[in-house]
Amino acid sequence: MPATTQPTSDTTSFDVEAFRAQFPALQQEVYEDTPLVYLDNAATSQKPDAVIERAERYYRRENSNVHRGVHRLSQDATEAYESARKSVARFINAPAPEQVIYTKGTTEGLNLVANTFGQQRVGAGDEILLTEMEHHSNIVPWQMLAEQVGAEIRVLPVTDRGVLQMDRLAEYLTEDTALVAVTHVSNTLGTINPVKDLIDAAHAVDVPVVVDGAQSAPHLPVDVQALDADFFVFSGHKMFGPTGIGILYGKREHLEAMPPYQGGGDMIDRVSFDETTYDAPPHKFEAGTPHIEGAIGLGAAAEFIMDLDWSAVQAHEDDVLAYATEQVRAIDGIRLIGTAPEKTSVLSFVFEDIHPYDAGTFLDRLGIAVRTGHHCTQPLLKRYGLPGTIRASFAAYNTRADANRLAEGLHRTREMLG
Amino acid sequence: MSTSNTVSDRAQEIVDEFSLFSDWMNRYQYLIEMGDDIPLLPEDMKSEEYYVHGCQSDVWIRVEYDEDEQVLHFQGDSNAKITKGLAALIIRVVDEQPPEAVAEASFDFLDDIGLHEHLSSQRNNGLEAMIDQMKKRAQAFRN
Repeated sequence: MPATTQPTSDTTSFDVEAFRAQFPALQQEVYEDTPLVYLDNAATSQKPDAVIERAERYYRRENSNVHRGVHRLSQDATEAYESARKSVARFINAPAPEQVIYTKGTTEGLNLVANTFGQQRVGAGDEILLTEMEHHSNIVPWQMLAEQVGAEIRVLPVTDRGVLQMDRLAEYLTEDTALVAVTHVSNTLGTINPVKDLIDAAHAVDVPVVVDGAQSAPHLPVDVQALDADFFVFSGHKMFGPTGIGILYGKREHLEAMPPYQGGGDMIDRVSFDETTYDAPPHKFEAGTPHIEGAIGLGAAAEFIMDLDWSAVQAHEDDVLAYATEQVRAIDGIRLIGTAPEKTSVLSFVFEDIHPYDAGTFLDRLGIAVRTGHHCTQPLLKRYGLPGTIRASFAAYNTRADANRLAEGLHRTREMLG
Repeated sequence: MSTSNTVSDRAQEIVDEFSLFSDWMNRYQYLIEMGDDIPLLPEDMKSEEYYVHGCQSDVWIRVEYDEDEQVLHFQGDSNAKITKGLAALIIRVVDEQPPEAVAEASFDFLDDIGLHEHLSSQRNNGLEAMIDQMKKRAQAFRN
């Protein structure tokens, strides 16, 4: 494909320029002279006016504690907070808003499941099945659990291209497997995993599955019922929402049977010094004053996404990723890491003779924000024998022009550092 | 290498050199070239003992006390060119200085070489970790 400086991805009904204009942080120059190209969306996305203004409105008009007061503001805040839960439930097609629990983010969601459901379900001699491409957040909580209860961690390997070795699943999903935890989309490789197949295989032997949706929620339509996931966790800040807020979805029977994660206000039914009884889900898992404006902002982000023509957005994202992949692949000395047939939004690569840190530092000065390093997936990088990669990760507001800036930046990086 | 003797003289010398370049690309180029002049730590000494933690790249810095001269000698290396340039730059300031001068050395001059706005924003560049390790080692040789 020939390089061009104009965005040409107008093959869909999605108006990317109008969309992009809704994100104020994208409209700036860095180092006083260089327009920003933001390609670190797998770390966090920028926020649209709709989310920023919704969170601001909460502080200007509705600020009050939820579920407590009889007064007007508390009722408004509670209404907004619970209405956001309904938006998120629609966003992932949860059967009921009660199955949508607010957390601090994906990491807390995974820790919550490990410390409650995990403690109930995983015992001595059991196995927890992970995959080689998990983020540390979906490794460490399970290692801590395994250590506490005397269980073992098993790891389903990936191929050289970055695809899960599903043909070897029978070796890893054994009669000792008590739980499977898998990422929907790899944050380092962009691989879309066949989680539905994994869930079906695990359910066939009565093993529950926890899905890390941190990277899929911003890019793929998520239907937790169609997936039949036992748990699905994700973060608000990677899907145009605020930081410090995330979601744990769980099947009703699990959530009802699970013990609380933390004790405190807002999660109880009755408290006495002799005995305390707990509220029903979701409140059982939401001790203390929550991140109210975060939840409301996340609800706004979910509505913002649901208002889009998602198939057109996906077509645009696929186009930009494919275009960027071709541009970057063509540069001398670059090797792509992760070339799975099913990918979204992430382009990871290395220069054969330039350290990722040097390249990332130089690109940054050219206004191009990428991530370098191990991306919190050290076992995966070790499998590829790399200290790190350069990762460009895209969102719906990125364009072919951004991909061109990246390619130009990489050419200059090679001239300077190669 | 450096002809002037105090930490601040050498720091000023570096600031003056960087001021000759009008744009950031040339300053980076110069930083990277400085890395070529680093007193290189031999491969077989690249052990955990000299490894600087807290950097995205691998960095080693070795400090040795010369009892006759009562000064410290430094060696270093990194597998990233920018980091290696930074290591060379700070080594140039503290090399062959007495332990107390190194322990108390100010690296504020880094603000004035026209890269600091950029480098200081990089938590992973290990600059802080390198300086910290050098000062701690120097402190240990004091008295």
